[in-house]
Amino acid sequence: MNHFAPAADDLLTVAGRTFHSRLLTGTGKYKDFDETRRATEAAGAQIVTLAIRRVNIGQDASQPNLLDALPPDRFTLLPNTAGCYTADDAVRTCRLARELLDGHNLVKLEVLGDERTLYPDVVQTLAAAEKLVADGFDVMVYTSDDPILARRLEEIGCAAIMPLAAPIGSGLGIQNRYNLLEIVENAKVPVIVDAGVGTASDASIAMELGCDGVLMNTAIAGAKDPVLMAHAMKLAVEAGRAAFRAGRIPRKRFASASSPVDGLVG
Amino acid sequence: MLITLNGDARDCAPGTSVSALLDDAGYAGKRVAVEVNLEIVPRSAHATHLLAEGDRVEIVHAIGGG
Repeated sequence: MNHFAPAADDLLTVAGRTFHSRLLTGTGKYKDFDETRRATEAAGAQIVTLAIRRVNIGQDASQPNLLDALPPDRFTLLPNTAGCYTADDAVRTCRLARELLDGHNLVKLEVLGDERTLYPDVVQTLAAAEKLVADGFDVMVYTSDDPILARRLEEIGCAAIMPLAAPIGSGLGIQNRYNLLEIVENAKVPVIVDAGVGTASDASIAMELGCDGVLMNTAIAGAKDPVLMAHAMKLAVEAGRAAFRAGRIPRKRFASASSPVDGLVG
Repeated sequence: MLITLNGDARDCAPGTSVSALLDDAGYAGKRVAVEVNLEIVPRSAHATHLLAEGDRVEIVHAIGGG
């Protein structure tokens, strides 16, 4: 039995809340709430995102609810502002989320620029972040991988900076690791890669760069076997984090023998 | 009187409260949040907040998202 538990005291802290898991998962695109729950549990996620939408008036209101599958007393819910294209809509959505979740003030802010790229509109994002922080929200903010912008968002008072690795849902993996590294090295709040991860190695790379966590949805929900991919992502995030903490060897151009060169036979 | 509920016109009796509207729409006791004319109506005020002609009402809930 292996009792080595390197992560026992290695906690992620966001706005005063602490978490063992550094893998944050979305709840969209699953076939049903049961699959959502099983994938979330396989990922070991403690923070899960959700969307705020109009109820369908006229349809059966007794349908199962996401909050039954992922009860707020077991998970830290992170309502997002996905689909918002203006700061005003994003702020409005966050206020509705806070009312819906009985005053819970942790939100994922994302203000999108256009439908083709789903890239963040950084001007609107900055404006929304200022309003939300002033209104008492703990804001985890989705942003581009621009180090200057990341710093501005931190100065505004955001609780976590969440740069994209690649466009939302693209699965292209970490496209600019040097920008992420720059953001990580400058930030005093957690940096969580949000969007663009395609497979387990992408999550490991993000963690090896020193990111504090990874947030993903499509990479898990869109996999052929979402629950198995959720498990893979859990391992990948843990492996990448352990490797970062362990401190990798420097890259060298030439070989360096692993076995002693003294005492060779002959 | 006419109000707008989640973007659609809806007829309801004058003096209808938010609670009554939720009940009528099948959402009494459900996990929803309500906004009237861009202002949140807290759960504690649902019973006392009366709707007026032309009010724009939003009822939202949580769904899966990333």
